[in-house]
Amino acid sequence: MNIPENLKYTKDHEWIRIEGDTAFVGVTDYAQEQLGDIVFIEIEVEGESLDAEEVFGTIEAVKTVSDMFMPVSGEVIEVNPVLEDTPELVNSDPYGEGWMIKIKMRNADEVNDLMDAAAYKATLD
Amino acid sequence: MKQTAFTHFHIELGAKMEAFCGYNMPISYSGINDEHITVRNAAGVFDVSHMGEFWAKGPKATDLVQKITSNDVLALTDGKVQYSCFPNGKGGIVDDLLVYRFDAETYLLVVNAANIEKDWEWCAKHAKEMGMEIGKELYNASDEIAQLAIQGPLALKAMQKLTDASVEDMEYYTFKKIDFAGIKDVIFSTTGYTGSGGCEIYIDNKDGDKLWKAVFEAGEEFGIKPIGLGARDTLRLESGFCLYGNDIDDTTSPIEAGLGWITKFNEGNNFIDKEYLLKQKEDKPSRRLKAFEMIDRGIPRHEYKIEDAEGNEIGYVTSGTKSPMLKKGIGMGYVKTGFYKLDTEIFIRVRNKALKAKIVKAPFYKA
Repeated sequence: MNIPENLKYTKDHEWIRIEGDTAFVGVTDYAQEQLGDIVFIEIEVEGESLDAEEVFGTIEAVKTVSDMFMPVSGEVIEVNPVLEDTPELVNSDPYGEGWMIKIKMRNADEVNDLMDAAAYKATLD
Repeated sequence: MKQTAFTHFHIELGAKMEAFCGYNMPISYSGINDEHITVRNAAGVFDVSHMGEFWAKGPKATDLVQKITSNDVLALTDGKVQYSCFPNGKGGIVDDLLVYRFDAETYLLVVNAANIEKDWEWCAKHAKEMGMEIGKELYNASDEIAQLAIQGPLALKAMQKLTDASVEDMEYYTFKKIDFAGIKDVIFSTTGYTGSGGCEIYIDNKDGDKLWKAVFEAGEEFGIKPIGLGARDTLRLESGFCLYGNDIDDTTSPIEAGLGWITKFNEGNNFIDKEYLLKQKEDKPSRRLKAFEMIDRGIPRHEYKIEDAEGNEIGYVTSGTKSPMLKKGIGMGYVKTGFYKLDTEIFIRVRNKALKAKIVKAPFYKA
């Protein structure tokens, strides 16, 4: 199970990578493995400002549909454009090319409420 | 939880396992899409030992099967297989099944795992009424028989290596009892649930290890892989095959479900619900099970609503997925009269949106 040290995690299996006051968000390796083949990503909140834990999109595997939640509050400034045609990137590279959204954080302090790699790993054991 | 004769192999191979109809079954191995494409292009092996098998034997066997199934069992000859269903006496379906005719006094009925108990009670009730001896003339062998389905364009070629009997040229929906992989009296049947050809092999549980190992050894050069129940569902849906519990059940009739072709009203085929279903056929049912594909991007799912352009509900989705071969959303569902002609635009309510789709002809994909 790949759980990079440089990311923060939510209980709903999203990760967030901070870059100044912006951040990238995606789902974890554990999440993609549990879901199986990802066949459809739907994110229609580009330009919207959402609160932490609000739904920003849905991820569909062959058998299931799951919501994805904002790890922190912020404005969605970009949606990964390649996922529309290649959702399988979430399976093959969940922390890299399979990122979901780029956000402008409203309050960087909210990151402190998230789990680090060790704490996230502990929730999976 | 019950184990099949092959459960230990699935676990050893690292399959994602789940309880299914009381059995510990593999959902996927390498991933549903990869497994799906393996079956379409080469060959894949499914453990379908959870399926149920009943023997009907003796002088009353033909009459029993004729009465409880909708298809005409007299159209069968020795060594042939027939797709059929059990009408439930109320216009619905108890289960769908395969009927194997060994001879005029020996039939094998292969039923869905989820319905074994219900089917057994239903068959036993009618067999008893006809004076058949339960446990002998009607016998439930479900717990004794293991079954592998080897499916795909290269499946028969690979399996031919394991027997002197000729199997590669067998016609679709026929079977033989043969020596296979060193096992005696194997039932080798050119049936399946994928639309990609191949066979289904029935053996005693005790020969499970031998069969599994031989099949993978013979198939290695053809790229054979184990396939889970996840891909079994996407394969059958892409081929437009009904799944009991989704597309058909105790409340849907074979006429509504487009199974008129296995509901034979000819003289001599007197089966449960014959008159009712004949009348329904003549009067035209008020809804029909139809195939549709998405025009808008989205994936239809079981129980999503189907609407017309004005947002009126006109039906519901029974099965849906993203087709691994066509790369788009496909599904089946019951649609009200007036909306199910080919190319009719319908709308699928996916969460908060009405997504455009159109009625198409099944199968979605022709292998």
